[in-house]
Amino acid sequence: MKKQWLLWGGAGSLVLLVSVVVSISLGAASLPLSQVWLILLHQLPGMSEWIPVTWPESSEQIVMKVRFPRVVLAILIGACLSLAGAGFQGVLRNPLADPFTMGVASGAAVGAAFLILFGLQFALLGEWSTPVVAFLTGLVSLWIVLALAKTQGKLQTETLILSGVVIQAFLGSLVSFMVSLSDQTVNEIVFWLMGSLSFRGWAFTYVLVPYLLIGMLVLLSYARSLNLFALGERQAAHLGVHVDKTKFVILLVSTLLTAAAVSIAGVIGFVGLVVPHLVRLMVGPDYRILLPMATICGGVYVLWADTLARMLLAPTEIPLGVVTAFLGAPFFAYLLKQKKQIGRR
Amino acid sequence: MIEVRGLQKSYQDVPVLREIGFTVQRGDFFGIIGPNGSGKSTLLKMLSGVIAVDAGEITLAGKPLGRYTRKELARVLAVLEQEGLPPVGFRVREVLEMGRFPYQNWLGEEKTDVGPLIDEIMQLLRLTPLADRTLDQLSGGEKQRVALGKALVQKPQVLLLDEPTTYLDIGYQIQLMDIVRTWQKTTQVTVVAVLHDLNLASLYCDRILMLHKGEQIGVGTPQDMLQSDRIESVYGTRPIVMEHPVHRLPQIMLQSGS
Repeated sequence: MKKQWLLWGGAGSLVLLVSVVVSISLGAASLPLSQVWLILLHQLPGMSEWIPVTWPESSEQIVMKVRFPRVVLAILIGACLSLAGAGFQGVLRNPLADPFTMGVASGAAVGAAFLILFGLQFALLGEWSTPVVAFLTGLVSLWIVLALAKTQGKLQTETLILSGVVIQAFLGSLVSFMVSLSDQTVNEIVFWLMGSLSFRGWAFTYVLVPYLLIGMLVLLSYARSLNLFALGERQAAHLGVHVDKTKFVILLVSTLLTAAAVSIAGVIGFVGLVVPHLVRLMVGPDYRILLPMATICGGVYVLWADTLARMLLAPTEIPLGVVTAFLGAPFFAYLLKQKKQIGRR
Repeated sequence: MIEVRGLQKSYQDVPVLREIGFTVQRGDFFGIIGPNGSGKSTLLKMLSGVIAVDAGEITLAGKPLGRYTRKELARVLAVLEQEGLPPVGFRVREVLEMGRFPYQNWLGEEKTDVGPLIDEIMQLLRLTPLADRTLDQLSGGEKQRVALGKALVQKPQVLLLDEPTTYLDIGYQIQLMDIVRTWQKTTQVTVVAVLHDLNLASLYCDRILMLHKGEQIGVGTPQDMLQSDRIESVYGTRPIVMEHPVHRLPQIMLQSGS
């Protein structure tokens, strides 16, 4: 177990680090990789004396003020969504569950859009108000989806996704309605809604960090329970797991992670679906290693999706949600098909 | 080991169990039989603490069932389910290790090394050659052996079996029941098994409880309980009961209608 941790954790961190540097070097003003390395290393405490400044001031400005915050934000968003997806899939024992397909992301979007529409983003709780409101509305929509999907006390995989899609469509139209209510803020909501990481700066990054840390710690502490869940709820109960309590906590934390990501970057679909699945193919079903790896890989995935979003049609930006949906939706179809075949066997 | 007194249970005002009471001694192999819908699965679920009783009391090792925490209960009582394990990607040895969950602290650590215990149980269940296979690569019989292994790794004092042989061929049925009995004789564990195969019940059980429409018909040895009159009144078909030529236990033969 420890060996696996070191091996996968080391490989994942390496890929993440390289991705960060490569992504930063790409852009309208292309910077050489070596320069990016040096600029980043220069920022580390105690390193500034050892590394002489050999780059123009403008490069450091681009790296530290524009690209690096965006890269870090992309990683945090990806980590949150991917972790939330792993949580939903584990506790609902449903490979198709993810913050987007469960309607939670759209639910959170309704709350956030409402605040933007009335200019209340920073009312009451400062930069915390949007995540908090998004969390509450996300929670309500999750509750509705679960209540709708429950037939005779049981949750069927297909019914769950179906009710998720229904609620998502409804909430989506609610957001569109809010958009049409106001001409003034229309661009802001639309752009935020489709998912974007541009011009976000460090303040948003700081808001996201505690959510991610708390979410990861709580989910990791339930990793072994999630393993038992994979064998079935009854099996888990017989082994001493508090099934209802575990379900409640994990759904709550996954919704919290989703709401945090949505309130800052809008609806970025399918990350929580694609990443945990690919990670499962690599490291196996054990949540003790799956959860940390899903966090790292989710970060890498969104980082590259965002790099594509800003590079492909530069200088025009593609909304990040469009890129992830473009990659994720075919993957969802593939999973659906695969699941049908298993069911037939 | 287990004491059941005055047990009642209704689902939406429809009584499914009425006035059930029996005692299971330590080290007994206790069978529960009855036709479909007689309430035997409900009774087992109440014994395993999954559903609550409406009235009456279940005492396990001298302590009321309701006073156990979930983990405490999992250290005393293990359950082998009818359905077996789903085809997930966990390896056989990993699944057996999961059986130690009720003994682990929140970091997943245990005071003693459980390696030897798991090795021993894998040997007993002939799972050693399958240790690194994943569940989705196993046959139904193999998966049921893994599920039993996980239950044994829990080191329970009571092992509950819920129609464990339903989906198995006769070879695997006997194999599974033999393993359970060997384990029971060596560790003095108490076994309570819901069985729908009356012949298997007769071969393995020391005592049998017969249920019919939620009522207790009787508790006794296989010879007492498996009589053709009694079976006819409960199951609605009259079998021929004969003595097994080797084991000297009652075995039933079915007769077709014509």
